[in-house]
Amino acid sequence: MTPAPLYFTNARLIDPATGYDGPGALKASRGLIDEVVRGTSPTPTDGTVIDCSGLPLAPGIIDMRVFVGEPGARHRESFRSAGEAAAAGGVTTFVAQPETDPPLDDPALVQFALSRARDVSSVRVHAMGALTRGLKGAEITEQQFLLDAGAVALTDGDHAVADAKVLRACMAYAGSLDALIVHHPQEPSLSRGACATSGEFASRLGLPSVPAIAERMMLERDLAMVESTGARYHADMLSTSGALAPLLRARDSGLKVTAGVSIHHLTLNEFDIADYRTFFKMAPPLRAETDREAVVTALAEGLIDVIVSSHLPQDEEAKRLPFEEAATGAVGLETFLPACLRLVHDGRLSLLRLFECAALRPAQILGLPSGRLTAGAPADLILLDPNAPFILDRTTLRSRSKNTPFDRQRMQGRVKGTWVAGRQVFAE
Amino acid sequence: MFAHRHLLGIEQLAASDITEILDLADSYVTLGRQRDKHVEKLRGLTQINLFFENSTRTQASFELAGKRLGADVMNMAVQASSMRKGETLIDTALTLNAMHPDLLVVRHQSSGAVALLAEKVNCAVLNAGDGRHEHPTQALLDALTIRRRKGRLQRLTIAICGDIANSRVARSNILCLNKMENRVRVIAPPTLLPAGIERFGVEVFTDMAAGLKDCDVVMMLRIQNERLTGAAVPSTREYFHRWGLTAEKLSAAKDDAIVMHPGPMNRGVEIDAEVADDINRSVIQEQVEMGVAVRMAVLELLAENLGGAA
Repeated sequence: MTPAPLYFTNARLIDPATGYDGPGALKASRGLIDEVVRGTSPTPTDGTVIDCSGLPLAPGIIDMRVFVGEPGARHRESFRSAGEAAAAGGVTTFVAQPETDPPLDDPALVQFALSRARDVSSVRVHAMGALTRGLKGAEITEQQFLLDAGAVALTDGDHAVADAKVLRACMAYAGSLDALIVHHPQEPSLSRGACATSGEFASRLGLPSVPAIAERMMLERDLAMVESTGARYHADMLSTSGALAPLLRARDSGLKVTAGVSIHHLTLNEFDIADYRTFFKMAPPLRAETDREAVVTALAEGLIDVIVSSHLPQDEEAKRLPFEEAATGAVGLETFLPACLRLVHDGRLSLLRLFECAALRPAQILGLPSGRLTAGAPADLILLDPNAPFILDRTTLRSRSKNTPFDRQRMQGRVKGTWVAGRQVFAE
Repeated sequence: MFAHRHLLGIEQLAASDITEILDLADSYVTLGRQRDKHVEKLRGLTQINLFFENSTRTQASFELAGKRLGADVMNMAVQASSMRKGETLIDTALTLNAMHPDLLVVRHQSSGAVALLAEKVNCAVLNAGDGRHEHPTQALLDALTIRRRKGRLQRLTIAICGDIANSRVARSNILCLNKMENRVRVIAPPTLLPAGIERFGVEVFTDMAAGLKDCDVVMMLRIQNERLTGAAVPSTREYFHRWGLTAEKLSAAKDDAIVMHPGPMNRGVEIDAEVADDINRSVIQEQVEMGVAVRMAVLELLAENLGGAA
């Protein structure tokens, strides 16, 4: 039996692949996009029809940086709860980070995580394999086997590989497999023990801090090695203005380098820590407003490619501690879209550019067919109301952990519906 | 009118609050010099001194202050290493809260920990030092010492010297002395200056002779031994040579400049014994006496603001 087709009519199509933002309709069947019609919507005679009433229909978000607690910390987040949070946030694909317990440094563990995820998660889940054994930064992992097991890239997550010789070996070896190396550029000898960005504010609070240059230093080192090895390299999260010049230089000289930024570093700054609010403790730490401005501009202008949630669930106890001792990170899947829309409402980003950074570019970097409204692409779609106002109540979040920095904040814009392979996985 | 529920830092105080505390503390200096040092202002109230970080001196000062005011004082030392960090803080706070203390004096090794604890309990909380953040009673006792010696607490040039980066005493003193409209300088090795210090409303020096020139008050800070072994400063002897307070360096300051130190001192490291013991210049012993008086004043003012349930 052929399943009935699914029609979205009277939509405002947002297609970053073609740069089209305008009226139209979309037909999907068998999990794929069948046809995209621009302009006046035809009237379908069969199948399911969803009248979008002029609201934006966009490719589902692809989140390249998500920490899930499986295996090892399912009380913080399971693939099921992460999937529900993702669907509600408009994320139709996420990439789990290998920082689990045990870490995903073995092909069998990657297979385990992916099969768990695919059994219970309503959205698509990919995983990155560990770059070094045990994420310890000393020995390279079985890259070929990890890729064969389904890893889309290799990374040590929040752990920067301090030993240049090790990372250089990872890059050189990856070149022969055309594997993507994802690295967290933060000089660990400077960032060790730090929980804020160096500056007047951290000094007033008396918090141990890391200078912003720690990011640029590690990035420059990495880029020099990219130049000599020819590896495909993605800087997972840039957050400082100082890192942008080397990134631009590398881009201009034709290196295969891409970069991401987290939604938290795009929308929050160091002052949000205020009186030691641990929900704002991130790694890298929130930056100065000038840095935030610089990365927003770099994102808008195309220097930074990708927005990630850097979703990192932490239980309540881990955050109910003095700031220095509290766990780092924030959940971000479910607030991904409303948080990004802040930049749109501020006039810093067009909806098209937003979905380029949150869907199309991640798909291109990871080699996925989604992230676009093109016939033949997966019918991973979201319908959103960019203007719907609400106040976030963290207790209603679908994640097992509720450590969001946006609690009780006014948000504008939410997801009306999410479809993965043409199947609706979330409805408001 | 002192209208604060807790004393978490100098940051939250207005100049008028500081003056009110010091005025009251003055009367307790007088009381402390009498044979009968008791006044029953805190009779029936319970004061708990909760110290997560060792401190004989500050704890003794708070204990004496509470006892002279007639409170029931209990000391509790919690070794951070013996329990899992953090759990200790909130759990201990809730446990103590169930004992209905009225005044909780807290010292903790993490910045912001005392404020966190204040959110969890029903009593007044006094910060006796949190990480590198604040140590408000130290700044207040320093202010009292200066005011009594100099006859005023404004339009003075005051240099704070030493490990500014890691010092809560420095932070609280900078805030306090600036609020009272003084000219504040900091003098330190570049490696012991916190980032952004130039935006604290202070003049920044790395050279003692230049920084001490024409100062009314010289405040020395204690430096931890572990910072003197190459991490921040090459050696103890080079530190003493460049930043240790000697009579010679002190000669750059005004002739009647006073020398202060929060204690305990490292003689021969940050301060020369000759200067520390110079009865004409050093007010270090007086600071200890002012400490008790200032803490009595703060305890009393906070006790007056306790709710009816107390």
